[in-house]
Amino acid sequence: MQKAAPAKLRFKDPQIEMAHGAGGKASRRLVEGLFAPLLFDGSTEPLGDAGCVNLDGTSLSLTTDSFVVKPLRFPGGSIGELAVNGTVNDLAVSGARAEALAVAFILEAGLPSDILEAEVRAMAKAACTAGVRIVSGDTKVVEHGHADHMYITTTGIGRRIPDVNLSPLSVQPGDKILLSGPIGDHGITILLARGELDMEADIASDTRSVLPLVEALIRTVAPGLRWMRDPTRGGVATTLNELARDCRLGVQLFEQTIPVRDAVRGACELLGLDPLHIANEGQFLAIVAPGSADEALEVLRATPGGEGAAIIGEICPQPAGAVLVTTLYGGSRIVDMLVGDPLPRIC
Amino acid sequence: MRFVDEFRDPGIITRTAEEIRRLAGATRHYRFMEVCGGHTHAIYRFGLKDLLPDNIELVHGPGCPVCVLPMGRIDDGLSMSLQPDTIFTAFGDMMRVPGANGTPLEYKARGADVRIVYSPTDALKLARQNPSKHVMFFAIGFETTAPSTALTLMRAKAEGLRNFSVFCNHVTIIPAMRAILDSPDMRIDAFIGPGHVSTVIGCRPYEWIARDQRKPIVCSGFEPLDILQSIVMLLRQMNEGRSVVENQYKRVVPWEGNRAALRAMSEVFQLRPYFEWRGLGFISQSALRIRDSFAEWDAERRFQVPGIRVTDPKAAQCGEVLKGVLKPAQCKLFGRECTPEHPVGALMVSSEGSCAAYHNYQFLKSSMVPEIHAAV
Repeated sequence: MQKAAPAKLRFKDPQIEMAHGAGGKASRRLVEGLFAPLLFDGSTEPLGDAGCVNLDGTSLSLTTDSFVVKPLRFPGGSIGELAVNGTVNDLAVSGARAEALAVAFILEAGLPSDILEAEVRAMAKAACTAGVRIVSGDTKVVEHGHADHMYITTTGIGRRIPDVNLSPLSVQPGDKILLSGPIGDHGITILLARGELDMEADIASDTRSVLPLVEALIRTVAPGLRWMRDPTRGGVATTLNELARDCRLGVQLFEQTIPVRDAVRGACELLGLDPLHIANEGQFLAIVAPGSADEALEVLRATPGGEGAAIIGEICPQPAGAVLVTTLYGGSRIVDMLVGDPLPRIC
Repeated sequence: MRFVDEFRDPGIITRTAEEIRRLAGATRHYRFMEVCGGHTHAIYRFGLKDLLPDNIELVHGPGCPVCVLPMGRIDDGLSMSLQPDTIFTAFGDMMRVPGANGTPLEYKARGADVRIVYSPTDALKLARQNPSKHVMFFAIGFETTAPSTALTLMRAKAEGLRNFSVFCNHVTIIPAMRAILDSPDMRIDAFIGPGHVSTVIGCRPYEWIARDQRKPIVCSGFEPLDILQSIVMLLRQMNEGRSVVENQYKRVVPWEGNRAALRAMSEVFQLRPYFEWRGLGFISQSALRIRDSFAEWDAERRFQVPGIRVTDPKAAQCGEVLKGVLKPAQCKLFGRECTPEHPVGALMVSSEGSCAAYHNYQFLKSSMVPEIHAAV
């Protein structure tokens, strides 16, 4: 038997910090520098939210996600709802319909049972809405003080929707960038729900299953659909930077076309945050061929929940590997991935 | 959004940019320093440089409180976080600023109780909620934030709250501007003057700059239109051979400043004889300390502060960048050893630091200019 050469690890950070879980540059360094070389068979495939498994000719998508949001409940949703929708959405944007979920709970001793019950009910309801069954689970309890109330991990398996072939490598210059609705609602809602800022706003998390929107899009423009992703932690900026690096092309955004609610804009102005870096839980980005873009936008807007969809930019040959935003006045700026972590524990 | 959208109206902005081009002509070069980090950030974020003609050069000034704080002070503050039962609190901007032994966030990851607060009164609230712990607030900032620290200390004293203290690193803007003007390699024609600082100190303290140094100065707001309008006002002054202090940010800045805020500051603080500024060195009477009558709440007197002095890495040229002698990308470490993710100098940490702003918003662009113009 031949012994595999020891993998060379590029991850050199001396300790784990919050930023490693924030979905930005540090997260990518950890995944690409430590997890991928040791765990993913040295695969050179661009890293997606869901992996592909072929079983006897059936193509399946598999994904997993952990939820550690604080507070557990917030306007528009709760940890239980996020745990179902997050995994359903990771499958949806990889072009798969969630079939079944497995769930693992890590509970802190002392957690009131009614809080747990409310979250389990929220999960059941979200699963019903998303049309997915929860088929297996596990429970662990840790000492009081060793976890923050409760954490949930969900693992989902889905059947790949026929006729879609999504990959950053099929993205081409001229392709249009579609966004399903206004950005930043979830991150700003969580930030305000913590009550650490003396600020209030009429705003709620956007957590939901995006599957109906994704299915409508696939039904209409499947051959012109190149790539999708839900811009959760790190926001639209981080997701598009990853795309730009993976497809080695440039992303050009037009600031005035990016939908952002006034409450989110206002909070970002006050706090010095960029809405492009704020997390979403119920939106997705899609890259579509230029010839399919108008039709794609039309069908999204005609589907309930997609009324706020917009074309926010296009793919360009340059700046390769980077995201450039044209401001309202024709000036431009580079938008980088999220560095550090402005709002820890948002999902 | 009211009070924001009016100042970002593309039509008015385009017309103002045309006015700037007309006033600037083509015969001479203008070097304007924007004093505040907030201006630097806005200039990059809104791509305002793209709207200016080539003969107007913007130089980034020292008005970023995180950037001018010497590394040793960060280590001093963090040394207190290692005391038992102590909660270290600071603004979010401070959390990723490296001291010699790591950033506040790294201390937190190692177990220190480090928390972000959005105002010093939040730190005071923490002290009330945690009577068995000591809560230390790491205070930074110019005259913009000093009044709220002063009011917090007055409240702590009135409540007799003994488990709260402030590690005071407040600095004042005028001595820094004087240091820049006195610097032999200084070549600035005029100043886009501080906005938020001026809400507190007013416009009078800048009069010597216009009168004695013959440099026009316009106190400016932070929206795109504010900054462009301030440039128009500076160009008009220069073209007419005038140099006076003007107030573009009248909707917020009163000419005489905020008397209540100034009173609170003078009740709580006094000038330090001298203070070290990162990149600029020791500047006399440029920083605030807590008065004896508030000694009980002064972290420097309650704790053993080691008084650490750390020299910046030799290759880092933060001082030259701070004074406007070098552009961020001309520093030897820029974009290589020193990036927003692994900052060597503080200018790379704060979003108001000129290096971070340049790196985040422009760096890639400038390194691939021809292709971009072709693509856009």
